[in-house]
Amino acid sequence: MRITEIMAAQARYARCIDTDALEAWPDFFTEDCLYRITTAENHRLGYAAGIIWADSRGMLEDRVAALREANIYERHSYRHVLGLPLLEEEGPEGVRSETPFLVARIMRDGATDLFATGRYLDLWRMDEAGAPKLAERLVVCDSSRTDTLLALPL
Amino acid sequence: MPDHNPPAAALPPGLAAPPEVPWPEGLTRVPYWVFQREDVAALEQTQVFRGETWNYLCLEAEIANPGDYRATTLGGVPILAVRDHDGEIYAFENRCVHRGALIALEDFGHAREFTCVYHAWSYDLQGNLKGVAFKDGINGQGGMPECFRMSEHSPRKLRTAVVHGLVFASASDTVPPIEEYLGDEIMERIGRVLGGREVEVIGRFTQELPNNWKLYVENLRDSYHASLLHLFFTTFELNKLNMKGGLIVSESGGNHVSYSAIDREAEAKAANDYAAQNIRSESDYRLKDPSVLEGEDEFGDGVTLQILSVFPGFVLQQIQNALAIRQVVPRGVGRTDLHWTYFGFKDDSPALRKMRLKQGNLVGPAGYVSMEDGCVGGFVQRGVVGASDRHAVLEMGGTDAASTRTRATEASVRGFWKAYRACTGL
Ligand code: FES
Ligand SMILES: [Fe+2]
Repeated sequence: MRITEIMAAQARYARCIDTDALEAWPDFFTEDCLYRITTAENHRLGYAAGIIWADSRGMLEDRVAALREANIYERHSYRHVLGLPLLEEEGPEGVRSETPFLVARIMRDGATDLFATGRYLDLWRMDEAGAPKLAERLVVCDSSRTDTLLALPL
Repeated sequence: MPDHNPPAAALPPGLAAPPEVPWPEGLTRVPYWVFQREDVAALEQTQVFRGETWNYLCLEAEIANPGDYRATTLGGVPILAVRDHDGEIYAFENRCVHRGALIALEDFGHAREFTCVYHAWSYDLQGNLKGVAFKDGINGQGGMPECFRMSEHSPRKLRTAVVHGLVFASASDTVPPIEEYLGDEIMERIGRVLGGREVEVIGRFTQELPNNWKLYVENLRDSYHASLLHLFFTTFELNKLNMKGGLIVSESGGNHVSYSAIDREAEAKAANDYAAQNIRSESDYRLKDPSVLEGEDEFGDGVTLQILSVFPGFVLQQIQNALAIRQVVPRGVGRTDLHWTYFGFKDDSPALRKMRLKQGNLVGPAGYVSMEDGCVGGFVQRGVVGASDRHAVLEMGGTDAASTRTRATEASVRGFWKAYRACTGL
């Protein structure tokens, strides 16, 4: 798996969320994926809980459905800015990478704030078509604080 | 000589200026100025948080061994909770008696003693001043005066009490013992979740709320909003108003429990009521992965939800198998920190532990049934700007603050204000 493929997948992932194409977001993951949002402190202490915790693509689809149909929140969007992925040796389970991110949140009224910084700890696997999919994405936010709510995924 | 000045409106003690409107008698009106004024926030620090109340500090499990400490807050005041070698838990202000610096800088730690970084004054694990650097000066020069007695200086100490592994503290010498403060029903309901169990923390998150702390406390005690604001619950039959259950409000009004258990019979009957009301809860929305709702009846009583609060800012939550403690900490008039501690028990089966992680999706800043609670206080805070002479209306379910079988009531919100007014004199 080449770094360019992973970088391209990362770029598409960011655009997917930032352009409100959330229905396509679960497609970046394998069927039996693990997606979790946590904080650096929880990660360091080995705490297993997440702000979001999903172990199937179905749960990610449910997240999107809940955001669209059930949850109430003020309209807002994100702007992801990704750093360069650091790739590890390819192992039997796939390729692991670490990618830093910044996410700004733009509220309905125009206010833009730095909402989160952190890093993606990923495990990539090729699907049958040869496209890299996320078997794991651990989103480790640097701060232990979340402002108001975390509705859209990171 | 006749006095021609009109009599000054009675100024509630502790307020810097008269309130915009008086607070009407009874429990059904809450003036919006109570969420907006700096002098009210200052009054709360002394009368509520450092007044006749017990405040949650931490879990006993977080300071399990002698020397373990946890830095936390009581209202806005920094506090250290420490386990000493006698096995007891001590709490004192995290403030050096010399010139006021924080004694401990980390949130957690293990210490033989505490040494202030500024001028190295040191304290034992109970908060007694034990050492003053250069006390006798250097080469006969300087040093503290003869009359200075270390024993006369210590950070303010708090009373502590442990209830089923929860550490509470009070700055008051006169507040009744914690068992009495909580009451039998609340004690029992805490015991239902925590009694005889060994707690294990599985996550810790802080949510910053854009509103006054009391708006969050109102929200968490408001059993009326759950099925109306949180569509996720109602859709998946977790928390309809027609479930079995009810509301317990303590005598003081300050503590409450809201609980529900699934009642299949009533459900079928009341489905019509929902449709007839045309409430925004009707949908064909179904989960792709319903395993998130396949929790265990771990307490063996069919109760799927128990939200318990202790005045002023403590919450114990059981939503199916998602267990958490929430600590509400004011950060100024319009900001609040909500500290979540997710936990399980040491003897959890792997399946139960995984269910806790899964059902963690229901709560917290991204929770299916709690993300709305993070914003709704802000909607009120912004909504009441310019309305400090107006009141909120709390008449759902009557005018009292008593326990009831229905959850379509604001009784426990009224209970909060009953306790609040008793504390503050407002
Ligand atoms: S302020 Fe702590 S030693 Fe001076
Ligand atoms: Fe709620």
